[in-house]
Amino acid sequence: MKRNLTYIVAGLLLGTSIVAQAGPAEDRSALIDYYKQILPDIKFENYIYGALAMNPDAKSQYDDFMAFPSYSIDLDKGQKAWETPFKNGKKFSSCFPNGGKNVAGNYPYFDNASNRVVTFENAINACLKANGEEELKYGESEMGLLTAYARSLSDGMKVNVKVKGKGALAAYEKGKTYYATRNGQLNFACSTCHIDNAGKFIRSDQLSMMIGQASHWPEFRGGTDIVTLQGRFKQCEKNVRATPKKADSEEYNNLEYYLTYMSNGLPMQTPVFRK
Amino acid sequence: MRNKTTILFSLIASLGIASLGFAAEGVTEQADGRSLSFDNKKGNCLACHAIPGEPKAESPGNIGPPLVQMRERYPDHAKLRAQIWDATVANPNSSMPPFGRNKILTEQEIDLVTDYIQGL
Ligand code: HEC
Ligand code: HEC
Repeated sequence: MKRNLTYIVAGLLLGTSIVAQAGPAEDRSALIDYYKQILPDIKFENYIYGALAMNPDAKSQYDDFMAFPSYSIDLDKGQKAWETPFKNGKKFSSCFPNGGKNVAGNYPYFDNASNRVVTFENAINACLKANGEEELKYGESEMGLLTAYARSLSDGMKVNVKVKGKGALAAYEKGKTYYATRNGQLNFACSTCHIDNAGKFIRSDQLSMMIGQASHWPEFRGGTDIVTLQGRFKQCEKNVRATPKKADSEEYNNLEYYLTYMSNGLPMQTPVFRK
Repeated sequence: MRNKTTILFSLIASLGIASLGFAAEGVTEQADGRSLSFDNKKGNCLACHAIPGEPKAESPGNIGPPLVQMRERYPDHAKLRAQIWDATVANPNSSMPPFGRNKILTEQEIDLVTDYIQGL
C-alpha cells in the first residue's frame, strides 16, 4: 500500500513537472537541440540564412547580390511611403515608440484587450486609421514595400516575441497546431518539410529550418518580387495543393506568432533576397 | 561582381523552373508508368527519390530512399502498390504523399507506376 502510494505520488510529481515544463520556451529549446543534431555544421546565428546556410556557393552569391541589391529602387518607394506626411501632417513615425526604430522585433504581440494577435502590418493599418487615412490591403505590394522599409529601421534588433498569459498561450498553441497539421491533397504539414526534412532536398530545393525563417520579411524573391511572410505561407500551401488562408486571417496571424516566437534571439534584417 | 550577378540570375532562372513545382508544367507524353512517375503534376517521385537506373532522372530530391533493385526488394507487387497508394499505413509519419488515398493518381495510374517502379 505504502509502496503503491509512493508510486502514485511520484507519478503525480512527474506529471506536474511535465506540465510545468511544456511551454513556448521549452518548445523552442527542444527544436534548437533537434536542429543541432540534424544540422550539426550550421551555427545558430546562421539560421537566418535558411537554405543558404546549407550551401556555401549559394551563400557567397547571395552576399554579392546583397552588396548591390536590385530591389533598392523599390525600397525607395517604401521609404517615401513611410516618410510622406498624412493629411493631418503627422507621419507613421508618430505611431511608434522611438520613431519606429528597433520596434518591429516586438511583433507580433498578443493584445489582451482585443484578445488577438497583433502583427506589424496590423499596427501600420491601425496607424493609418487613427490618422484618418485609408488602410492598406494585407499581403499586397504597397503594404509589402512600406513594411520592407519600416522593418529595415529595426535591422539588427533581435526578434523578441513574448508569449505571456492565457490568451497569448492559446494563440501560440493554435499556431503550433496549425504548423504540425497535415493539409492539402499532398498531405504535408509545415513541419513535414521544415522540421522533419530540414536540410534535405525536395527536387532541387533544399529545405530551410523553421527557426530563423521569420526574421527577414518581406523578402524579394528572384530579387524583384516582394513577398510578405504570410504571402510565403500561401505559396507553400499552394505547393501542397491546400487552400491557402487569407492574409491577416486568425489562422495566419497565430501561425506567424508561433513562427516568429521560434526565431527569438536572432537579428532582424529586412529586406533580403531569396530565390 | 557583374559576372557573378549574371551567374546568380541564371541560377535563379534555372532553379525557378526546377523548383518544388508540384504545380509546375507537366510532361504531356503518353501516360506510361515512367512518365507518370517523372511528371511533376502526377507522381513527381523525383521530388524525393533518386532513380539511379535512369539517366534522365536529373537532380532528384533525397527525402526518400533511392529507388533501386526494386524487384529484389519488393517481389510482392501488392506490397509495393500499397506503399505508393498510401505510405502512411506502413509509417504514419511518412513524408510521402498518399497517392491513392488522396486521389493524386487514379487506380489505373498507380498500377502503371507500380509496374514501372518494380522494373527498376
Ligand atoms: C512540400 C514542402 C513544404 C511544405 C509542406 C511547406 N514548405 Fe515552406 N518552403 C518550402 C520550400 C522548398 C521553400 C524554399 C526553400 C526554403 O527556404 O526552405 C520554403 C520556404 C519557406 C519560407 C521562407 C524561408 C525564407 O527564408 O525565405 C517560409 C517562411 C516557409 N517556407 C514557411 C512554411 C509554412 C508556415 C508552411 C506551412 C503552412 C510551409 N512552409 C510548408 C517547402 C515547403
Ligand atoms: C515528398 C516525398 C516523397 C514523394 C513525392 C514520393 N516519396 Fe516515396 N518515399 C518517401 C519517403 C520519406 C519514403 C521512406 C519510407 C516512408 O517513410 O514511407 C519513401 C518510400 C518509398 C518506397 C519504399 C522504398 C524502400 O526502399 O523501401 C517506394 C517504393 C516509394 N517511396 C515509391 C514512390 C513513388 C513511386 C513515388 C511517386 C509516385 C514516390 N515514392 C513519391 C517520400 C516520397
